[in-house]
Amino acid sequence: MGKDEFVFLLVGLKWTVVLSAVGFVCGCLGGLAVALARTSDIKVLNKATAAYIGVFQGTPLLMQLFVVYYGLALVGFKIDAWIAVAIGLTLHASAYLGEIWRGSIEAVPRGQTEAAKALSLKYASRMRDVILPQALRISLPATIGFLVQLIKGTSLASIVGFTELTRAGNMISNQIFQPLTVFAIVGLLYFLMCCPLTIFGAHLERRFAASTR
Amino acid sequence: MTYSSDAQADTMITLDHVEKWYGAFKALHDVSMSVRQGEKIVLCGPSGSGKSTLIRCINYLEPHQKGEIRVDGILLGHQAKAIDAIRREVGMVFQQFNLFPHLTVLENCMLAPMRALGLSKAAAEDRARGLLERVKIAEQAAKYPAQLSGGQQQRVAIARALCMQPKVMLFDEPTSALDPEMVKEVLDTMIGLAEDGMTMICVTHEMGFARQVADRVIFMAEGAIVEQAPPAEFFSNPRHERTRKFLGEILNH
Repeated sequence: MGKDEFVFLLVGLKWTVVLSAVGFVCGCLGGLAVALARTSDIKVLNKATAAYIGVFQGTPLLMQLFVVYYGLALVGFKIDAWIAVAIGLTLHASAYLGEIWRGSIEAVPRGQTEAAKALSLKYASRMRDVILPQALRISLPATIGFLVQLIKGTSLASIVGFTELTRAGNMISNQIFQPLTVFAIVGLLYFLMCCPLTIFGAHLERRFAASTR
Repeated sequence: MTYSSDAQADTMITLDHVEKWYGAFKALHDVSMSVRQGEKIVLCGPSGSGKSTLIRCINYLEPHQKGEIRVDGILLGHQAKAIDAIRREVGMVFQQFNLFPHLTVLENCMLAPMRALGLSKAAAEDRARGLLERVKIAEQAAKYPAQLSGGQQQRVAIARALCMQPKVMLFDEPTSALDPEMVKEVLDTMIGLAEDGMTMICVTHEMGFARQVADRVIFMAEGAIVEQAPPAEFFSNPRHERTRKFLGEILNH
């Protein structure tokens, strides 16, 4: 495998990183909204977000990407493959992160909300200053774990014709007929992205645990 | 905010025929009482008698379904504005302390004055340090709650509530979760507060505290007020059989 092929893989890697980052950042914003709606007292919001989470947890990511990619085209939106994939990943991540964070918010003891209310803190401050910082700590292992899943999930974008790392590997492999070498490198590149995250997550967990002890 | 026309100047809290249900279970049964400014009330009764529920209704941690609750003339309706106005005047101390574990002692005390009263950081810190001094725990300001003993945590919780400069303090079994040797430091703090003229309602089984501090002891059973009297009379001459039985159980163990 020559230098050109390797550079081609790196370009694919760049798109994998971009997709993961967009999916995660937008998914965090969406997930926060979903988690807050899911834990609110407003019944309509509650039910709507429960249904949303149910749909996205109950169907394969690949199918979700198909639906967004072909569905948006069908109703007349002509968008790039990567935007369609980014939207699909965002919707997917919002549902999962929303559910992870709902659980974390509910895991914060009730007394915390009561103390905050008794101190006449309003909803926004109760959430921002009291509940969410504690929920974030509780959710950290699951959140990092999901981010790793999401990075690997971007490989499905190759199926709708978007050239990220996996598809780049596939193309190179078809050119130089060394599938084992190529996919070993592709796998190593994924590993180099995911493994530090896992270690970073464990580090954060220890640091948070130490500060409350 | 609704101000009652006939509110007496020195009445701080009134409950008028208050009723509360949890589903089909009636937790409060036609409770009426009033508390004067500066008065110290001890609420006691067997577990499940509704005493915690009663004080939790006063700052709307639990909504009541019938009757009227007024604090400092403000009618506690179900609108956010009145609830907020009342919570700013009523401090509360919980059995489980409920300090915010991710914030230091000082930050615990500064949060609400900054967020709810709009104090500057410097002013909030000033106030917090002053009150931590008052509960004799100023040197722990930089620590996290989990690094303190139960008694210290509860004193921080008292300081945190006082930072809002409330007119009324509610205590929900403040010493029940403490090891015996830590009960005194918390009670001493509460006695100090009482001596400074704070209006207080304390749910507690500390009958020594009741004798020493209370202007009135109220005994509840099955969601209703059974009897109320000044402590001397309450302990020496309880009128109801139910009260005698309760006092027999908690005083002779």
